[in-house]
Amino acid sequence: MSKTDSTFSWTVYEADKLTQREIYGIVLKDLGARHPEIVGLSADLAKSTKIGTFGDAYPDRFFNFGIAEQNMFGVAAGLAQAGLTPFVSTFSAFASMRACEFVRTDICYQNLNVKIIATHGGISFGSAGTTHHATEDYAIVRAFPNLTVIVPADAIETAQAVKKCMEIDGPVYIRIGRGFEPGVYTAEDYEFEVGKAIEMRSGTDLAIIATGATVYHAVQAADILKAESGISARVLNMHTLKPLDEEAVLKAVAETRRLITVEDHNVINGLGSAVADVIAASGKGCAFTKLGLPDRFSPHGYPEDLMHKFHVDTDGIVDKVRELLNREFEEAEDWEDEV
Amino acid sequence: MPLTDQELKELQQQAKSIRREIVDVTGWSGGAHIGGSLSMTDILTLLYWKYMRLDPARPDWEDRDRFVLSKGHGGVGHAVVLAQRGFFDREVLHKFNETDSMLGMHLDCHKVPGCETSTGSMGHGLSQAVGMALGARVLKKDWRVYCVIGDGESNEGSIWEAAMSAAHYKLDNLIVFQDRNHMMIDGPTEEVMSLEPLADKWRAFGFETREVDGHDMTRLAEAIDEALRMKGKPFMILCDTVKGKGVDFMENKPDWHYGGLSSELVEKAKQSIGE
Repeated sequence: MSKTDSTFSWTVYEADKLTQREIYGIVLKDLGARHPEIVGLSADLAKSTKIGTFGDAYPDRFFNFGIAEQNMFGVAAGLAQAGLTPFVSTFSAFASMRACEFVRTDICYQNLNVKIIATHGGISFGSAGTTHHATEDYAIVRAFPNLTVIVPADAIETAQAVKKCMEIDGPVYIRIGRGFEPGVYTAEDYEFEVGKAIEMRSGTDLAIIATGATVYHAVQAADILKAESGISARVLNMHTLKPLDEEAVLKAVAETRRLITVEDHNVINGLGSAVADVIAASGKGCAFTKLGLPDRFSPHGYPEDLMHKFHVDTDGIVDKVRELLNREFEEAEDWEDEV
Repeated sequence: MPLTDQELKELQQQAKSIRREIVDVTGWSGGAHIGGSLSMTDILTLLYWKYMRLDPARPDWEDRDRFVLSKGHGGVGHAVVLAQRGFFDREVLHKFNETDSMLGMHLDCHKVPGCETSTGSMGHGLSQAVGMALGARVLKKDWRVYCVIGDGESNEGSIWEAAMSAAHYKLDNLIVFQDRNHMMIDGPTEEVMSLEPLADKWRAFGFETREVDGHDMTRLAEAIDEALRMKGKPFMILCDTVKGKGVDFMENKPDWHYGGLSSELVEKAKQSIGE
């Protein structure tokens, strides 16, 4: 497949007005036309996850398993063993936890070509509360060997990720939100490469590394900091959690010495921890802080309220950046000024 | 086709040879899941030597029938079957369980020729067998999927999720055998977690169900013949078996779910199985 394919019909559907899930359903339908090996699987969430758009177009290649996620992921493994490419959709909480061992053992251990589209990630299903939030999924799935983990920033990037995952011969976990998150991109006119962070804003005073729905807020925060205080904040869209773009992190360490990560996930073992691993191994001292959900079960509420409450929105990032810029840290003696 | 007397004799001899080598591997490896391997031996013998469309020289042949050992603990039994059927050199069995060997307790499909899918954790194989059977339908292929599940394994909810979906999608290319050896690690199944009435459960879940003696290959073959003619429903052959079958001191002893054998016991076990 070509790297960018302009013939996908979603581009004419006013992409910036569609949600991640809607875009996903449309792109998958289009992919289905040229890839007869694609099959779609749902666990009574065909409408909610929008995989039903594919199902309506290809009823013979779409299978609903009812509310039985373990079996659905096991069946997906069997379909992949038969030579097909299953796209499996359910809420992130159920993909990463209810069906966890089936994803790990049946799909990842066997390195099967199964594409998992995990919707309603993080706290995006706000009012549904803890049972339907997935604030642990990065921690869980990034520990699975063979699995590529992608967290698109918005609907357009979801389209990019869904197309790109077809080029990966192995399992992929794409985590998206519920669909009410604001858009970051207005067109697909940028290079999306799995495992390569995208620099949304250049900057030298610090680096904000964000993933998923928090990318929008990171960009907003950087613009406010620049306008209000002349702060030069680099923003990295770390859309691939695994494999992590370590080079981009090390470059940020060397060039800014102050890093902040932002994620819609428990601060334990998500993006921030992955970035911290790279920083620690670099041997370089730097100021670093993780913004994410505190280590407690998330309450119900509107997603934007919850994001605000836990400081993972624009305001929270701006405040944390100001704090980080004033923080002292010990520089390595051999630190060369690479800026 | 019913078994001829000659076929039956040959198959029984083959099953003996498999049982004897399962005993050998248990001795060589220091320990193996011997009880449940011996209980399913006759079923696997019949499938691999009579019914399944396969070519050991081409384990990836697209049109082959698929076999899924959902009760993945039976890995040692399956390994011996695959070796004796010619998928790989029997010498490899000497290294069962060893580091860097092709064969571990639970077979890895990326390492073992003829192993369709990696199982071991209970309640996973049947779902994958459902996926392979559905896959045949999507790809318009006529391969069949044979799956052996355990009885203890059927405590897992996922077995029943898979069963529901097999019936829902009318998978008549799926034939499931339940190795009903009545034992699990902690004791008899009906004491640990009762399964009965098991045949009624399978019927209620939409499977055409037959109850047979799982060591009577003539009856087993009749049930398989019937399953091959079945349209519109998945088929369950509920096989009444004996854990440790063929080795007198192991039969119906849950202790022999897993165990090691001294060379003395290996000889004793092989004597019990016979030549």
